[in-house]
Amino acid sequence: MEGRFHDSRMIVAKPEELRGRANIIHDGGRRPLTAMFGRDETNNGGGYDIYVVFEDIEKHTFVTVKAIFDPDGELTYPSLTRIIPGAGWYEREINDMFGIVPQGHPDLRPLVLHESFPGDYYPLRKNVNKTGQVRGEREFPIAVAKGEGLFQVPVGPIHAGIIEPGHFRFSQAGESMLQLDAKLFFTHRGIEKAMEGLTPQEALPIAERVCGACSIANTWGFCQAVEKISGIQVPKRAEIIRTLLSEIERVTNHVGDIGNIPAGVGFQPAISLGARLKEHLMRLQEHITGNRFLRGMIILGGVSMDIPPDLSDDILSVIAETENGVNDMEVLFVQQENFQNRIRTTGTVRPQTARDLAMVGVGARASGYAHDSRRDFDYGVYSSLSFAVRTQSGGDVAARLKQRFDELKESFSMIRQLIVMLKQEKTGLMIHVEFKAGEAYGISESARGSNFWYVAVDEAGTIDRVFIRSASYPNWPALTIAVQGDIIPDFPLINKSFELCYACIDR
Amino acid sequence: MFKVLERLFNDKIATEEISLSGSERYRGKLSGSLSAGCFHECAAACPVGAFQISSNTEGYNIDYKKCVFCGRCVEKAMLLGGSGLRHSNDDAMPFVFPDMVEATADVLKERLGRSLHVRHLDAGSCNGCDFEMGALSGPVYDLARYGVHFVASPRHADLLMITGVVTRNLEQALRMTYEAMPEPKLVMACGACAAGGSTYGASYAIVGAADKVVPVDIYVPGCPPRPSAMIAGLLAAADILKERM
Repeated sequence: MEGRFHDSRMIVAKPEELRGRANIIHDGGRRPLTAMFGRDETNNGGGYDIYVVFEDIEKHTFVTVKAIFDPDGELTYPSLTRIIPGAGWYEREINDMFGIVPQGHPDLRPLVLHESFPGDYYPLRKNVNKTGQVRGEREFPIAVAKGEGLFQVPVGPIHAGIIEPGHFRFSQAGESMLQLDAKLFFTHRGIEKAMEGLTPQEALPIAERVCGACSIANTWGFCQAVEKISGIQVPKRAEIIRTLLSEIERVTNHVGDIGNIPAGVGFQPAISLGARLKEHLMRLQEHITGNRFLRGMIILGGVSMDIPPDLSDDILSVIAETENGVNDMEVLFVQQENFQNRIRTTGTVRPQTARDLAMVGVGARASGYAHDSRRDFDYGVYSSLSFAVRTQSGGDVAARLKQRFDELKESFSMIRQLIVMLKQEKTGLMIHVEFKAGEAYGISESARGSNFWYVAVDEAGTIDRVFIRSASYPNWPALTIAVQGDIIPDFPLINKSFELCYACIDR
Repeated sequence: MFKVLERLFNDKIATEEISLSGSERYRGKLSGSLSAGCFHECAAACPVGAFQISSNTEGYNIDYKKCVFCGRCVEKAMLLGGSGLRHSNDDAMPFVFPDMVEATADVLKERLGRSLHVRHLDAGSCNGCDFEMGALSGPVYDLARYGVHFVASPRHADLLMITGVVTRNLEQALRMTYEAMPEPKLVMACGACAAGGSTYGASYAIVGAADKVVPVDIYVPGCPPRPSAMIAGLLAAADILKERM
């Protein structure tokens, strides 16, 4: 197990060496940070671990530094955040869940566990009861800017509309947002701990339900990791179907988003048209999988149902109709000058910020950072498809909107290519998976960006540790930077232009 | 501007009659007989404990509050052979507390003359239910035609529509929202998480189903419920509210 993944390189380090090793691999951002997470191996003779995972884009693989801590020793290490800003949230989360302290972290407030938990409670340690309802009172300070004439606007966690819960604290200088602190993780369900001790088969329905909007992306990442551990190769036809479902999920999300961004400014005809297009896609998703969120189709070892030719034709006809509507919406936005005035130069993320925070997906690409797991990693049948990774340079709401239109065009083309492939490929739909011990990564590009899964299975064939880093996780901190200097009425618009999941990051 | 006008004139009315049946593959209510040896295996295959062995004529009972409509019991029964257990494509209908009677199509018949103001609260959902609720306000489902509106504050609401399993981090927000509502008030647990609370199993961060924290009047099954099933639940709720006024 030590030293090598099926698909990547691992370096074992002492805690005090972690920052130095990470700095060399990171190489000023040439190998971006993918994720950082903790693990407790005290049950099988190990210690507490921190995994720091980087992407080696040129070699299409991951490089991991794993630091092992003596559970009875000092649980500290030099913080990475000052040299790798994207590490900020991960280090806070590891501090919350394992009690391993990053020394010199610029903002070591709690992240995941709110006030009803005790201060010294570390739920992901193995000696903590999975279902124990331990109550206490921890401090959860909110970051605010102070000064003459400044005031605060608290919003949430229960919002005026139908959206997920989060608490936003705006520090205002008049109408301008000086600073935003987002208190998130309200929907933290302890999913990673809940999956421990289950077989991958038992855990699959939970993986499908981490997030509604990214159902396929999460399920695929989970299955990939388990299949890699078990050393099996999914049949080609199943890979094509998985890739197809993933692109359909992207189209549905992007269409939903281009219909929702105008809701940030009350542009009603566009909202209405977008909602209508999205509903047709939701019905298509139910038609294919029996569930409007594509659940129940991806299973361990393949897919549960086929896409026969008549269903392929139905997909093509809905996609053609969607494409027509999407093209109209693009024209409709361009022609609406007052709408353009609101979205241009609003909520800007500079290219360097996107790289510093190791952003992913639409958020990264709209700021000129061409990060896309479909190109960077070999999974599904993406390597056999012709597509371009499109980018914008503006980094504002307009760029994130345009980015979705560009990506939709690529996805429409990919869906057509996939249907052609499907007609020629006659292999089976699934093969049996024998659960073996080991650990592996899974990756898939959701509509919001790269989704990363880590799964470790023990000798009994049950899950020892799962870590889920959805695309919204690295992009959330960027939102709080994007709003700075803009006026508070633009917040809903900026927020919708990112359209980040709460469920995915909160887990 | 021209494109806006063009679409406004060309697009026909999107609003439809609601249908409580899905597409051919849709996994809705379970029905059919099971051969003798299958009961225990089907119950074991259920990830959320919704499939229960019973002494009724079918020999099994589905707790639709918990069911996530994943199809594993059907799959297991088919593997064992000789079974008629199937997912029909009909939605499981909402249940009204305290009698736990199923809301029927009759409820949907009388639609006019009612008003219901709804406050949504995500108590820890996967956002599936929430996206479907968003669709209710869209042109296809157009919830406003039934006199049902979503409001911004619990102080304006008749009904609290809860999605998701109640998390520790949202428990206080749920209690405070409920207490802020004026009487008479109703609570709906929408979807398998809020109604059954078993979707993710038990964890240190989960309190449980919505009725562990606040009294619930109506349960809407589904994972997530289709928008039509949500409308059926809301219309049933409007009827209960009328009785309580």
